[in-house]
Amino acid sequence: MNNPILSLENVTFSYNNKTIVKEIDFSISQGAFVGLVGPNGGGKTTLIKMILGLLKPDEGTIKLFNQPINEFTDWSKIGFVSQKANTFNKGFPATVFEVVAMGLTARIGYFKFFTKKHRQQVITAIKQVGMEDYVHENIGNLSGGQQQRVFIARALVSQPTLIILDEPTVGIDVTNVERFYQLLVKLQQEQQITLLLVSHDLTSMRDYVTEMIGLNQTIYFHGPPEKYVTQQSTT
Amino acid sequence: MLGDFIQYDFLRYTFYTGLLIGIIAPLLGTFLVVRRLSLLADSLSHVTLAGIAFGLWLDKLLTISLSPLYGGIAFSVLGSVFIEKLRRMYPAYQEIGIPIILSSGVGLSVIFISLANGFNNDLFNYLFGSVSAVSKNDFYTILGITVIVLIIIFIFYKELLTLSFDEEHAIVSGIHAKRIHLLFIILTALVIAASIRIVGVLLVSALMTLPVAAAMRIAKSYKQLILYSLLFGEVAVVSGLISGYYLSIPPGGTIVMTAVIILLGSLSYQKLVFRKKEVV
Ligand SMILES: Nc1ncnc2c1ncn2[C@@H]1O[C@H](COP(=O)(O)OP(=O)(O)O)[C@@H](O)[C@H]1O
Ligand SMILES: [Mg+2]
Repeated sequence: MNNPILSLENVTFSYNNKTIVKEIDFSISQGAFVGLVGPNGGGKTTLIKMILGLLKPDEGTIKLFNQPINEFTDWSKIGFVSQKANTFNKGFPATVFEVVAMGLTARIGYFKFFTKKHRQQVITAIKQVGMEDYVHENIGNLSGGQQQRVFIARALVSQPTLIILDEPTVGIDVTNVERFYQLLVKLQQEQQITLLLVSHDLTSMRDYVTEMIGLNQTIYFHGPPEKYVTQQSTT
Repeated sequence: MLGDFIQYDFLRYTFYTGLLIGIIAPLLGTFLVVRRLSLLADSLSHVTLAGIAFGLWLDKLLTISLSPLYGGIAFSVLGSVFIEKLRRMYPAYQEIGIPIILSSGVGLSVIFISLANGFNNDLFNYLFGSVSAVSKNDFYTILGITVIVLIIIFIFYKELLTLSFDEEHAIVSGIHAKRIHLLFIILTALVIAASIRIVGVLLVSALMTLPVAAAMRIAKSYKQLILYSLLFGEVAVVSGLISGYYLSIPPGGTIVMTAVIILLGSLSYQKLVFRKKEVV
């Protein structure tokens, strides 16, 4: 834990006086694959939104790459695959290429244009998730598992150090979920990408993650996945 | 068939203006449709009507003859800023600003119309469009709007597309969604004000959305969506203007009905393609 990529200290958040998460303390170091689990409504998405700067904590501090979140500007270091990714507008006329290219928009910046170099990066990201046969396919025509891979590619294309995924496997069948986790592990091991994965289905994730955090308003567990399972079964 | 349009100045300016709005209306329409904001165009066009009526009233009051187009542009842009404000005040009801602005637009229109001498022929032209209403001055104003719209869309294309597809993701990746959205809605207001002379208040939203709806059926990518939308928009405007002129029907009606026919065509085209696929 010498060089945390993400750290939270005493973070508290409430919606209209209803406390959603309380006194959250944890940090994630480079190269980890962290599973964030907990019951529905336990505050996982809320916590993720704070880490992404979409919500401000009432109390406490969040640091990204050792910088307080309100001073942090290099958002292209962080990739995000949202819970909503599987509820996007399926009729949207965009190809796999176009969707993945959107992951570079902010990185390229205002008043600058998409070049050949960017095109190459997009193709590389599409290959990394094994979707190279579908580059010019309409995103709406793909299966849920394939769409999810495309969203991973969109997160990958800006070459982030940390990827945050909020329930990316909802609505995807079991065999594809396994393939999906294998892809994540490959990214973590081959490219040292740090992963923070939210899921409430812990049976399939515990074989892949390196550590687990349990959240239900407060953090009730933080440790290796084997321990989480034994602790759950003894309580 | 084009004879009169080349021969007479007043028709020539109408024709050129038609070509311009056949580009910019469907172009902005693609973003409106994919963001499910088609009704936005309707409410802004009614605000534009209020601005035009205001312009007509000022004309009468001060006996200066400024083109009412400027009043329309001013009201439309202000209306768009209000819609955006309301959208932010009610984050869970994104479209609430649309009916509010629409009814305010109609209300203001009624007031200014009766102040400005009531319902006359000029106003009829604004409602349904006219082939003879575009002055040289109006044409140059609309040309200016077209150039501005094209440049801004070109520069902010990737941001607009990214935001339209997935706003949350765009914000997380560091795009200034609010500013881009405001810019977009102001452009929409300008395009609506520019289009009203030809297609009229009641049908301007149709020119922005019908070609896009048809293009949706066949486009695989966003680039194709834009391309087909512009193509269909131009076909609708040109054939609508010419047939409207020779049949003495306000061009708004003929342009929109041409767009409807194109839409029906695209629906059956898709059926044909699907049937082919099934057979293969
Ligand atoms: N915009 C909101 N306004 C009020 N309450 C909210 C809002 N979003 C979420 N909540 C509440 O916050 C709690 C935690 O939700 P969430 O973070 O989505 O949980 P999880 O992702 O773990 O299922 C829930 O009780 C939910 O009802
Ligand atoms: Mg959630």
